[in-house]
Amino acid sequence: MSHSTAEAPQGDLFALISEHSGGEGRLLPILHAIQAAYGHIPQAAIPVIADALNLTKAEVHGVVTFYHDFREKPAGRHVIKLCRAEACQSVGGAELGERVLARLGLDWGGTTANGAVTVEPVYCLGLCACGPAAMVDGKVVGRVDDARMAKILTEAGA
Amino acid sequence: MKIYIPRDAAAKALGADEVASAVATEAAKRGLDVQIVRNGTRGMIWLEPLVEVDDARGRHAFGPVAPADVPALLDGKLESLGAVEDIPFFARQTRLTFARCGLIDPLSLSDYEAHGGLAGLRRALGMAPGEIVAEVTASGLRGRGGAGFPTGIKWKTVAEATADRKYIVCNADEGDSGTFADRMIMEGDPFTLIEGMAIAGVGTGATKGYVYIRSEYPDAIAVMEAAIRIARVSGLLGASVLGSGHPFDMEVRVGAGAYVCGEETSLLNSLEGKRGIVRAKPPLPALKGLFGKPTVVNNVLSLATVPVIFEKGAAHYAGFGLGRSKGTMPIQIAGNVKHGGLFETAFGMPLSDLVIDIAGGTASGRPVKAVQVGGPLGAYIPVSQFDTPFGYEEFDQKGGLIGHAGIVVFDDTADMLKMARFAMEFCAVESCGKCTPCRIGSVRGVETIDRIAAGDPAATVILTDLCDTMRDGSLCALGGFTPFPVMSALRHFPDDFARRKEAAE
Repeated sequence: MSHSTAEAPQGDLFALISEHSGGEGRLLPILHAIQAAYGHIPQAAIPVIADALNLTKAEVHGVVTFYHDFREKPAGRHVIKLCRAEACQSVGGAELGERVLARLGLDWGGTTANGAVTVEPVYCLGLCACGPAAMVDGKVVGRVDDARMAKILTEAGA
Repeated sequence: MKIYIPRDAAAKALGADEVASAVATEAAKRGLDVQIVRNGTRGMIWLEPLVEVDDARGRHAFGPVAPADVPALLDGKLESLGAVEDIPFFARQTRLTFARCGLIDPLSLSDYEAHGGLAGLRRALGMAPGEIVAEVTASGLRGRGGAGFPTGIKWKTVAEATADRKYIVCNADEGDSGTFADRMIMEGDPFTLIEGMAIAGVGTGATKGYVYIRSEYPDAIAVMEAAIRIARVSGLLGASVLGSGHPFDMEVRVGAGAYVCGEETSLLNSLEGKRGIVRAKPPLPALKGLFGKPTVVNNVLSLATVPVIFEKGAAHYAGFGLGRSKGTMPIQIAGNVKHGGLFETAFGMPLSDLVIDIAGGTASGRPVKAVQVGGPLGAYIPVSQFDTPFGYEEFDQKGGLIGHAGIVVFDDTADMLKMARFAMEFCAVESCGKCTPCRIGSVRGVETIDRIAAGDPAATVILTDLCDTMRDGSLCALGGFTPFPVMSALRHFPDDFARRKEAAE
């Protein structure tokens, strides 16, 4: 993967954390901000957050690992989330997902060897009357079929 | 000329943004004076992107519109669907909660007021807190998140609690497959949720509100945040709500992909910045909720329905419905369905009317096999029970639940053993891990269903026993209700479980 494994500079982390540390229960907003900036939650961020919020490193680690959204490693350049929930299954979503994974040679959560695409499962995007549904880099796509998916994957460079 | 093109995520997923930019480009090319309004959806998803042209003759609907249709649309040569209100799917509804959704510009407070917005809050501000709570109780409103607990009683508990701070928490962690009403109202009429939360704050003495929105809904998050900023600038939120002297402010908090955070105590932990682990009850969140303070935790739809109750009166609202299920329910028709979308109607409509008459059966054209009502924790209901009227008690009697009122339709190609296995697998993925029946039971459930699939006749008995344990022993609805889809699939579709055995033999 082409992503740098260098950890985020401490100074930037302090700035991000202090920007989001007003008010109550700030850990999730801080983690979202860090992931938005770095694409994942760098290990180096854990002690800095813990210190800022007066928590133990174990507590912060516990929260990071509880939620599906937070990544400990960077994702590919494009993230495709495919809905696996019941409404999308009723219109062929499960088979579509299997074909995508087979084509890319991945399992759920995997990233293509060229670092272009990560495929993640999602359990409902609220697009249940126009499934199968997907989210490509935060943009919603409905009634995804093989042709549409092939176009998405080609554009993403998978 | 005004042209309405929805900004709703479902419309966007079907190309609404592309249509909007095509309209802007084409209108500029022709030198036409066109105002594009990005409204919410009217709820008829099979017609999205549904574009409405508002000229001297009123609003005319077109849909589904593709970017290539735009020149014909502006030439007046595209065939119209007529007025939205005359489309049968829409005409048969009773829209109270969703009255403004799709009609107005979601981020125009003046548009909101022109369509009845803020009338409820103004009335509430003239009432004593006790009267506000009594009005909600009299309306018969019950929790729309699924549990169906009377909203007025919850408010009363918080109102009567003594504390230095109280909170209104809106549960917008709409994770159930087949449901999208919370998303639609937040994207299409966000001020109604803000108004409902402000009324809850004034009625219970809470001064701070949080809307906990799942991260899977970036569009809803953006609209809610914009609406809150507008509400603050306009004095609807802040130190003195509409100049009444009551302080109330609110903010959006974003979830992080955990289904279990839709459970209220898990949601509170998540808001506090902790792992979304379920808390044991008691204490009730109404007494010891967010940061240990008295907290109203209500679903989006419950809070978004409060303004219309105050605008039109509790008696008006309670005049709709069936038995103890009062008022209307925004039912979401989804899955393999010809005409899917949001259908708000008084409680009491039989499932067959919803699935066959209104939704037109399956999209695939094949016979309906089952519907799952109430999300991943809801029962699979066979066609033989389609006479069940849509109501809390009516579904309970059939061993199901209405939940957040999502209906997912499956045609006869659905494999119910696979669906039962998925229910267990989903529970295993999403379990918070606090209680054993859910954490371990779901994993054993997947294995036991695999044994049934492999032809082990003893496994069915074990699965039934396991489901009893999960139902009776789990701390929250995730482990406690996962047996609903599993056991309903086993009970109503035994052939799907037996066929595997024969194949194995």
